[in-house]
Amino acid sequence: MTDWQPSADLPTLRARAALLSALRAFFNSRGVLEVETPLLSAHATVDRHIESFRTEDGRWLHTSPEFAMKRLLCAGSGPIWQVCRVFRREESGRHHNPEFTMLEWYRPGFDHHALMLEVAELVTALAAALGRPLGGSVGKLSYREAFRRHLDLDPFTADIAAIRAALERAGHDAGDLGGQDRDIWLDVAMSLAVGPRLGLDAPCFLYDFPASQAALSRIRRDDPPVAERFELFWRGTELANGFHELGNAAEQRQRFEADQDWRQQQGRELPPYDRRLIDALDAGLPDCAGVALGLDRLLMLVLGKGSLAEVLAFDSGRA
Amino acid sequence: MATVSTNEMKSGTKLLIDGDPYSVIDNEYRKPGKGQATNTLKIRNLKTGRVLEKTLKSGDTIESADVEDKDMQYLYNDGEFWTFMDPKSFEQIQAGKAAMAESAQWLKGEETVRITLWNEVPLLVYAPNTVELTVTETDPGLRGDTATGGTKPAKLETGAIVKVPLFITEGEKIKVDTRTGEYLNRAGK
Repeated sequence: MTDWQPSADLPTLRARAALLSALRAFFNSRGVLEVETPLLSAHATVDRHIESFRTEDGRWLHTSPEFAMKRLLCAGSGPIWQVCRVFRREESGRHHNPEFTMLEWYRPGFDHHALMLEVAELVTALAAALGRPLGGSVGKLSYREAFRRHLDLDPFTADIAAIRAALERAGHDAGDLGGQDRDIWLDVAMSLAVGPRLGLDAPCFLYDFPASQAALSRIRRDDPPVAERFELFWRGTELANGFHELGNAAEQRQRFEADQDWRQQQGRELPPYDRRLIDALDAGLPDCAGVALGLDRLLMLVLGKGSLAEVLAFDSGRA
Repeated sequence: MATVSTNEMKSGTKLLIDGDPYSVIDNEYRKPGKGQATNTLKIRNLKTGRVLEKTLKSGDTIESADVEDKDMQYLYNDGEFWTFMDPKSFEQIQAGKAAMAESAQWLKGEETVRITLWNEVPLLVYAPNTVELTVTETDPGLRGDTATGGTKPAKLETGAIVKVPLFITEGEKIKVDTRTGEYLNRAGK
C-alpha cells in the first residue's frame, strides 16, 4: 500500500507555508489582531445544510469560528482574524474534505462592499506572494445579475416551475430534487448552471443575495429585500462567503429557531444553537462585516491544481 | 432490493433507473457553502450506450442493478446465438445479436471475452481490444504501390472486412484493433 504517502507534493507544501507567512504579513501590516478560539464547543451551527461532528462527551467540533469571533467583537476586540481547521460532516469530493483550513476575519466599521475590496486585495497579494499573480482585476456581479446573465432568470421573482424550466433549457436534469423548497432550487441552479460560469478569468464577487438566504447577514429593506451577503468565485469554484453582519439579537434568535424547526421537520440532528452568541449580541455587536475564505481551495486555484487532495498533506482518505 | 446512496456511488457502480441498467462514469459532489449539497452523476445506459447526466440530492439512494462483468470463453455460434462458457464453473450462457453487436465479427472461437451480465443475462459482449485473424480474400497488391500508403479491403476468416495496406496478401495473419476496426500490423507467420 502507498496510502501512507502525502496526497500533496513537497513544492505544494512549501507553497502552503509561504501562503501562511504572506497571510500573517498582510494582516499584521493592517493592524488586524490574530486570535484563536475553541474548536470544541458546547454549541454548534444550526445552519440547514451544514452538519457538525459530535464528540463522545456531547460537545461539537466547530464548522466555522464565527460565533466565538463575534463574541470577541462584542467584547471590544476590534478587527480580528484567524486561520484554523474546521470540520464538516458528510462533505467529501474533489473540492471538499471533511476538515479544511478556513481563514476568517472581521472588520468593524466595514460594510460588505468595503470588505469585498479588502478580500480582493488579500487574494491579489497572496497570489503574487506565491509567484502566480492574478491575470486580471477582481470582478463584481450582483446575485440577480448573475442569474439573469447565465440562466436568463430573475432569482427574486421566478417561481419553482420557472427555475426548473430554466435548468432544463440549460441541459440539467435534476428530477424533483428541490421539491417545494424554492431555496433548494436556487442552490441547485447555482451549483449546476450559474456558479460554474463565474470568475472564469479573474476571481469574481457575487453580492446581495435573496433575503431567504441571508444566513447571518443583515437584510436591507429594498423592494424586494436583499441580504447583504457576498461570495467569491474563481474558475467556477466558491472561495469565500461574507456578511454585513446581523447585530440584532432577537432577529438572530428567530433565525436560529426557524432553522431548528426546519431541521426537526426534516428529521435532522438538532444541535443546540449558541446562546452565548445571542447574549453577546444583546450586549452589542459593533457594526461590522466578516468573511470566511477556504484557504485550501485558494491554494489549489492559485497553483492550478485540480483537486483539494493535491494541496492537503493528507486528504481524508489518508488521514 | 439493494440500494446505493449517492456517497457510495463510484465509477463502475451499476444502477437501475426507470427499468434500465446504468453504469456510473463520474460522480461530482457539489455544495454551496450555505446550501443544498448535490451529486451530479454521469451515467451510461448499458442497453443503449447513451450517456446522460442526472443530479440528485446528496444522501439520496437509487436501486442498484444486478450487473456484473465476467470473463468467459467463446465456444460457438449456431446462427442465432453465440455460446460462451465460464472457465471456472463450466457453466454455459447464450448471447443474442443485440448483445453481440459489433463484437460478433471479431470472434472465431476459444478467445476470452468480457461479458456484462444483467440478472445473469448477457447485456453486452466485448471482443478483446485486439485480435489476430487470417486474411481469406483480398486483391493482389499492385507492384510498386507500397510506398503510397494506399489501402484495399480484405475479408478476414471471421467474415469481417477491414482496410489493409496494399502489401498484405491472402493467407497472412494480421492484428486488428476491434474498438476502431483498424488494421494495426502483420501478426507474423
